[in-house]
Amino acid sequence: MGLTVGGPFAIEVEHLSKTYEGKVTAVEDVSFQVPTGEVFGLLGPNGAGKTTTLRVLITVLRPTGGSARVLGMDVVEQANEVRQAIGYVPQERAIDRFLTGREHLQLLASLYHIPKDKAPARIEAVLKLVNLEHKADEVARNYSGGMKRKLDIACGLIPDPRVLFMDEPTLGLDVESRLKIWEHIRQLKARGITVLLTTNYLDEADQLCDRITIIDGGRVKAIGSPNELKSGLGGDIVTLTLAAGDLDKVEALAQAVKGQAGVKAVSTKQNVLDIRVASPEAALPAILGAVTARGCRLEFVDYHRPRLDDVFLAHTGRRIKEE
Amino acid sequence: MEQYLQEVGALTMRWVKRLSRERFSMLFTLAQPMVFWLIFFGNLFQKTANTEVTQAPSYIAFLAAGVVVMTILNNGLAGGTDLLFDKENGFLERMMSTPISRTSVIISRFLFVMTITSGQVLVILGVAYLYGVHPVTGFGGVAVIILIGLMFGVGLTAISMALAFSVKSHGDFFSMLSFLSLPMIFLSSALVPLSAMPGWMAVLAQLNPMTWAIDAVRPLILTGWGAALPKIGIVIIIMAVFDSICLYGAAKAFRKTLG
Ligand SMILES: Nc1ncnc2c1ncn2[C@@H]1O[C@H](COP(=O)(O)OP(=O)(O)O)[C@@H](O)[C@H]1O
Ligand SMILES: [Mg+2]
Repeated sequence: MGLTVGGPFAIEVEHLSKTYEGKVTAVEDVSFQVPTGEVFGLLGPNGAGKTTTLRVLITVLRPTGGSARVLGMDVVEQANEVRQAIGYVPQERAIDRFLTGREHLQLLASLYHIPKDKAPARIEAVLKLVNLEHKADEVARNYSGGMKRKLDIACGLIPDPRVLFMDEPTLGLDVESRLKIWEHIRQLKARGITVLLTTNYLDEADQLCDRITIIDGGRVKAIGSPNELKSGLGGDIVTLTLAAGDLDKVEALAQAVKGQAGVKAVSTKQNVLDIRVASPEAALPAILGAVTARGCRLEFVDYHRPRLDDVFLAHTGRRIKEE
Repeated sequence: MEQYLQEVGALTMRWVKRLSRERFSMLFTLAQPMVFWLIFFGNLFQKTANTEVTQAPSYIAFLAAGVVVMTILNNGLAGGTDLLFDKENGFLERMMSTPISRTSVIISRFLFVMTITSGQVLVILGVAYLYGVHPVTGFGGVAVIILIGLMFGVGLTAISMALAFSVKSHGDFFSMLSFLSLPMIFLSSALVPLSAMPGWMAVLAQLNPMTWAIDAVRPLILTGWGAALPKIGIVIIIMAVFDSICLYGAAKAFRKTLG
């Protein structure tokens, strides 16, 4: 084995498919690679196939097609070796409400076969990392949502994993807890741990992840860093919404705008024009000029730099619905 | 091997800790509705039950064996419940993502359920003792009763765990359990001897492994080794077959869930 294990990629997924019970195809032909040390996000709406992908990677689900490797080890053929090298933070709060935080960690330490004399130190270190020391001996029933999540993460860190899988790490948390969890994840990255997380929060993908894979309907729609994906859209976005009475003027206006300086592309949807511009300084006056020249009445104008939801819309044809 | 003991030990202790935290449920698990069966049912039917038919000094004396085996039945059938919750809240998945042997969770559950069952059998026999039912075969007989209980319990717990892993919803699990448990009780020699049953019920009761367990336990309590030994021989064979069938059937569900 040695240093070559896994090469530059901590996770490699190739043409992965999973069909449940021969019926529901949850994931189809998914491929991506996660370089060692990255925080990598799977972004997609509910039912996109994120959890299914993760379950295959943590070896609890067998793929029906394709293959996946973690640190160079096949998740089917070398399942036990993979299990020893990874940590997992499930989507549900997988907490036993009758056990204390420390008892959870003691159980996990035994399941990872950490020697009895080494376990207490490991448990202390992990509790400290997620700031849960003061609540460690209380039963989990009394924990808040944020504390349960911290305990979940602590459980995932017990094996001192090189790769950590987190399923919707901040789902349903209040803003303050979310920011804390993000901070923990950044600390993990600083310690050299590769993190694969799933999310349906655009801001989480945008601010926390080095790179993301957009997944929808079980298929990969786009891969890249948030900035790459945004600039991939080709320019800033101007949205014109015409008054309902001017519906008949939309097409003509679109034609007129297309020729203007700085405008790269125009698309229409009912009374809305979606315009991509290369240089807003040149394009904006020209666009507004065209509107005035045709006597169109504007109901609403919006100008913004591409956001991740524009990226999502462009690649999937719809907006992500956040819970 | 050392690793296996470490993980099975930790998992088993988890069940024990849970039980000790759930004080209320512990009371009901250990002191059990079964005690009430023995006391209320036993006393209620004291007068109506014909000792000629039951061939026992009192109805409670007759019922003791039935209640012992009913305890084993209920414990076994409920044995998968905690795993059902673990499956539903993701705890099971968390355990399966760790490098443990795929059998550890199941083995820990068997160990736990069997220990609780043995404890409860002793409680029932203790309560019966207070009502004057003294097992004629003494401690040796009690040990054999527990052995029969464990053999029956393994198969039942296997069914319960397999069901917990296979059901789509938790309502299904509990309705299947009550669907199984009541007919098992009524179509057995727990409450009345086969000779006093309508013919069709007696036929069905003979197909019920529970009947064979009760028919071996009852002489251990009431008559003595002479009458019990042949029945013990038969029940051991029947339970071996019953356990093999249950484990074989359950193995498929285990493999599917646990990989
Ligand atoms: N155990 C299962 N059996 C059948 N279908 C499933 C199962 N788990 C998930 N699915 C289906 O697979 C699809 C993807 O689910 P999932 O991977 O959980 O998506 P996500 O995590 O992105 O919300 C959904 O349509 C879901 O209903
Ligand atoms: Mg999910």
